Amino acid sequence: MSVLILGATSRIARELANRYAERGQAVFVAARDTDEAERIAADLRVRHGAQAVAGGFDATDFDGHAAFVDDVAAAVGPIDVAVVAFGDMGDGGDDVRRVIEVNFTGAASICEALAAHMAPRGTGCIIGISSVAGDRGRQSNYLYGSAKGGFTLYLQGLRNRLFKQGVHVMTVKLGFVDTRMTFGMETGIPIASPAQVSRAVVAAAERKVDAFYYPHFWRGIMTVIRAVPEKVFKRLSL
Amino acid sequence: MTNWADKELWGWGRYPRVTARCARPERRREVEEALRDRGGEPVLAHGLGRSYGDAALVSGGRVLLTRRLDRLLEFDPETGWLRAEAGVSLEEVIRTFVPRGFFPPVVPGTQFVTLGGALACDIHGKNHHVDGTFADHVRRLELLTAKGEIVVCDADHEPELFWATVGGMGLTGVMLSMEVRLARIDNPYIEMESIRVENLDHFFDVSAESGGHTHTVSWIDCVARGPRMGRGIFMRGRHASSSAAPAGPGVGERLKAAAEPILDVPFDAPGWLLNNVTIRAFNEAYYRKQLKPRTNSVVHYEPFFFPLDFVRDWNRLYGPRGFLQYQLVVPPDPEHRAIRTVLEQITASGMGSFLAVIKEFGERVHGGLSFPAPGVTLALDFPNYGQPLFELLDRLDDVVAEAGGRVYLCKDARLKRAQFRRMYPAWEAWRAVRDAWDPDGVFQSELGRRLGLVPGSQP
Repeated sequence: MSVLILGATSRIARELANRYAERGQAVFVAARDTDEAERIAADLRVRHGAQAVAGGFDATDFDGHAAFVDDVAAAVGPIDVAVVAFGDMGDGGDDVRRVIEVNFTGAASICEALAAHMAPRGTGCIIGISSVAGDRGRQSNYLYGSAKGGFTLYLQGLRNRLFKQGVHVMTVKLGFVDTRMTFGMETGIPIASPAQVSRAVVAAAERKVDAFYYPHFWRGIMTVIRAVPEKVFKRLSL
Repeated sequence: MTNWADKELWGWGRYPRVTARCARPERRREVEEALRDRGGEPVLAHGLGRSYGDAALVSGGRVLLTRRLDRLLEFDPETGWLRAEAGVSLEEVIRTFVPRGFFPPVVPGTQFVTLGGALACDIHGKNHHVDGTFADHVRRLELLTAKGEIVVCDADHEPELFWATVGGMGLTGVMLSMEVRLARIDNPYIEMESIRVENLDHFFDVSAESGGHTHTVSWIDCVARGPRMGRGIFMRGRHASSSAAPAGPGVGERLKAAAEPILDVPFDAPGWLLNNVTIRAFNEAYYRKQLKPRTNSVVHYEPFFFPLDFVRDWNRLYGPRGFLQYQLVVPPDPEHRAIRTVLEQITASGMGSFLAVIKEFGERVHGGLSFPAPGVTLALDFPNYGQPLFELLDRLDDVVAEAGGRVYLCKDARLKRAQFRRMYPAWEAWRAVRDAWDPDGVFQSELGRRLGLVPGSQP
């Protein structure tokens, strides 16, 4: 059994890697920053005695994604679980293209490669880390939100397609988690720890949950936010 | 770009409190980036915030919260050498390595400290008389210096920088990683003997005959006066051998249970909760707990090393004003005059200490700002009574400095510069090394400014 963590340098991804490694699974940690990925793999080896391999991964190197999946399988064996945990919030400038390419195009592209790897074996699980930001466009983060919203929709379709082939696709919509993204933010709403997220995600994947919010109360919040009529919503400062 | 956020920070004593712009790097290059992005302001690393006073605080500066630099990088099960990032906590080290038969070589009274904090304070434990301080088990250090260089220092390479960082209160740079040698253990248990001691002389008698025990510590009742002054409970022990440990399936369970505190103090207790009456009652009850003159037991490492860790945030029991810890060491003296004077001054002041701990240190000394020195160390917690307490502590400083002793900087929030210089005569040599690596005072702390340890301190 082997697990691929994409975007492994995020805290949530690293905690997920911990959860799988502590269960004795071989983990491939991939990130753009290969030095950091190597440090995380070293940690998994020391901490859990797990087999852990690090490698470089560039979400926007679309043409290289199929070969990347082959490399991972060669290193740690056929991939049973793949977590798409990378993301890019952008820094507010003219990075429209980068935000869309990383969060949507890159995510969809690697998922296609993973689907091609898993479907013939008739088994596997793809976990897509999406966001509540994708549920409704808001002025504060609609670029990131639209890419994540697109990714959510993509995962829905992929789940539908792969179901008959024995591959499970799970969508995780995260609210506020204590990460680099939210550091210093005044949320006014309880914030989940990356370790809590990782436990919830692993447990849900085991039960083959299709899609869920975490923390769970975000489901209620987003139901309300989605229900606000556009005539009203467009006047709000969210 | 570094993400900075204003946060109010405090030490474990919750006095004083200081607001600083904080970053929480998660990757190594983010540490370097944050140092560059400091906007010309001074910088300080802050781990788990377990130093008591103002050692890990800096006003008008930038604080690097190091808790997420916590990767275990390499471990050699043959020798016990662990290479790990400085934000790793002892709790994580223990949780990871106790099941494999290793324990940190030196632990303080809490496991919630980072490796970086442990070295910056050159912490000691109940085994100081045998194993020295934490630094005695660290052979190499990676330090990000003021110029933005990563310097690897050890006995051969930049040894002066290494030894200035040991006990250097974070003022030489930001520690990135270190190599520390874990000690081998057979199981998570401690063979412990508790002895009721009737007074100070009795304590020193028991201490003198306890050299065969790797771990010793005593709690003393610092409310008792006269012939009962210094009464308390002497605890001594060692890591249990495989034959002494309780057998059975409970062992693994107990280890897992150790990871999370059992009790929580979710809000500040009212300021009057720990007052003279409750402190007196607590001390009396604690002393009465030891009914027999001597008892032997085998206990889990947690209650032995970290008796207070099972209550998360116990410091909030002292209320919103916080508390001050005062820890001193004075050289050996057959008459124990300084210790007696200190205890007398405390009882005379009417300001009791909730928990007082006393122990004899071993011979090893590190120089610089490292605290442990041959003699007897006494640690006391005082609710923050304000001015009267500060005056009492000033008087205790006189007694300690006069006796050739010193107070522990990682507990301190108020020591005056003149007294500090009497207590730590090596400070100038230490500062010369520090300044050579950081002439402009990039690394600063409230404690450093107060004691004149960094360039630009108020005269």
